[in-house]
Amino acid sequence: MKKTILTLVAALLAGIGLQAVASGGADLRLVPAPVHRLDAESLQRGARNFVNYCLNCHSAKYMRYERLQDIGLTEQQIKDNLMFASTQLGSTMTVAMTPAEGAKWFGVAPPDLSVISRVRGADWLYNYMLGFYADGKSATGWNNLVFPSVAMPHVLWELSGPNRLVEQEFEDHGKAAAAAIAIKGLARVAPTPGGKWIVQQVATDPDAPGTMQPVEYRAFAADLVNFLDFVGEPTKNKRISIGIVVLMYLVVLFALVYALKRLYWKDVPH
Amino acid sequence: MEKLLNWIDARFPLTPLWESQWGKYVAPRNFNFWYYFGSLAALVLVMQIVTGIFLTMSYKPDAAKAFDSVEFIMRDVEWGWYIRYMHSTGASMFFVVVYLHMFRGLMYGSYRKPRELVWIFGCLIYLALMGEAFFGYLLPWGQMSYWGAQVIVNLFSTVPFIGESLGVWIRGDYTISDATLNRFFAFHVIALPLVLIGLVAAHLMALHEVGSSNPDGIEIKKQPKDPNTGLYLDGIYSHPYYTIKDLVGVVFFLFVFSVIMFFMPEMGGYFLEANNFIPADPLKTPEHIAPVWYFTPYYAILRAVPSFFNSQFWGVIAMGASVVLFFFLPWLDRGAVKSIRYRGTLYKSWLAAFVISFLILGYLGVVPVTVWGQFPDGWPLVGGADKATVLARVLTVVYFLFFVLMPWYTARDKTKPVPERVR
Repeated sequence: MKKTILTLVAALLAGIGLQAVASGGADLRLVPAPVHRLDAESLQRGARNFVNYCLNCHSAKYMRYERLQDIGLTEQQIKDNLMFASTQLGSTMTVAMTPAEGAKWFGVAPPDLSVISRVRGADWLYNYMLGFYADGKSATGWNNLVFPSVAMPHVLWELSGPNRLVEQEFEDHGKAAAAAIAIKGLARVAPTPGGKWIVQQVATDPDAPGTMQPVEYRAFAADLVNFLDFVGEPTKNKRISIGIVVLMYLVVLFALVYALKRLYWKDVPH
Repeated sequence: MEKLLNWIDARFPLTPLWESQWGKYVAPRNFNFWYYFGSLAALVLVMQIVTGIFLTMSYKPDAAKAFDSVEFIMRDVEWGWYIRYMHSTGASMFFVVVYLHMFRGLMYGSYRKPRELVWIFGCLIYLALMGEAFFGYLLPWGQMSYWGAQVIVNLFSTVPFIGESLGVWIRGDYTISDATLNRFFAFHVIALPLVLIGLVAAHLMALHEVGSSNPDGIEIKKQPKDPNTGLYLDGIYSHPYYTIKDLVGVVFFLFVFSVIMFFMPEMGGYFLEANNFIPADPLKTPEHIAPVWYFTPYYAILRAVPSFFNSQFWGVIAMGASVVLFFFLPWLDRGAVKSIRYRGTLYKSWLAAFVISFLILGYLGVVPVTVWGQFPDGWPLVGGADKATVLARVLTVVYFLFFVLMPWYTARDKTKPVPERVR
């Protein structure tokens, strides 16, 4: 019996070990998104950023405006500051542009962002917002370290500045990986055709700064991602707070049921 | 109250049914941890049916509306998120519980005579459950729903001669489409649940007819009866003893269930896959299609079998066989004892090898075959082959040998004597 369990545990550990080996080849280093689901001010700033910069091309067609009350806004605040496209609080965040028009203008229809955080995760989205740089070789004039050859132009370039790609070459993968870690930010490690390794990162262009300092832009992106994370699952906070109550209830119930079991089983030899 | 009961009993065998199925059912007193999973499986079945009924009230089985209606449930339906997470977590937990329940059967020889039919009904439940999970997974109409269904239905298209027509017959179309979604919905919400409930009833009736086994593999019905209680020496009434004990298991299980459902409903992408939040797109094949975790061991077996004579059908046969073999366990096992406690090293080693193979195959079914790269060219036999594929092939062989060699190694095994009374 014990032996069987031990074997099972060993097998599980072996499985985890294999997984660790398997992920050794990852070449994109993402920074964790500094988002917090309970930070109402950040969520409200994020809503403002989303409405001002994203909601022209990207819809959030499952998200109702009235739901923004969940991040601490009043109906009046929502109507006055965030509703340009619609007048009904119960309406969803749609855009005038149809997917067909989007596909014609951008090559790909800008995706709906309602559940994008559940597809990509907050970290990916945050790094994506930091990953844009000017690239003369691409059709749009922009490129992205996280999503190479993305069809979306750098809509926020005035805020961040156009940015540029900085590359450093290393002899082997180990040195490149160490350098990428030392950047402590978004970085990509990639092999070159010549058998060497490069570390790529996005840096502000000192000749063309944005209207925001890099730290301000990162905060801007974090607020936006925080909001997208909320939009992806507006009930998340409720789910977690209810979950805590449910677990506490079950702990108490377990104690009672277990005591009852002990009582009933008192005279059974086992 | 008593009068009412008498009135009913004169017209319907209510009291005899209750007493034969649970109230006066006598079970061995030594059930351990592994014996919780039967009642837990019943609990999850009920949860799935109840939450399923509520989901059906708001879900729309229409290719143009299905994805939207799921998000509608998650956002606009009162407590819709709660019901849906319960159902999606329940789907995976059903398999967790059923796999542990089946492993219990393997460890303690629960399938042995006279419980062959209990085991066979159980295997049928497992098959029906796989169908239920497969049909249900198409309903959210995300990318993984769509392409997962595409891959599985294409398996049937590999059947020689009739494959193409068979695929069209299953889908009701040349691709997965609205017609497919509608029939899968019908199978998921009514056809298979009916089958499942019928099979569960048969499973329980067969069990209560022959009596439960136990971790020692001792037949308590062969013991003399205690003159004071009139029960077999190691038997106790399942009610109230196991009613109460299973309740402890239920509350513990609900705790684990709630931790997942309220704090990590995606379970790192294993219970709810990230790609399934992208609406189904028939024109865009995802880079990597992996089935949900509970099917991955079989998927790994499918991929491990190479094609012969220009046909992938062999892999499909192997995958089917890997499930069907479970049915034959009662006749493959020729051991002198039932329980692992009194088995010898041979059986223990084979069971361990089987479980390890199953788990690693499960992992290999999640990842692309290129995950560890290839063996260098020029190596004998394996040169240039994907390392993961070679390992999957070895483990597939181990998986099948567990069954095929069972008559031999169980008969040869050096078993220990089984005591008269349970420990």
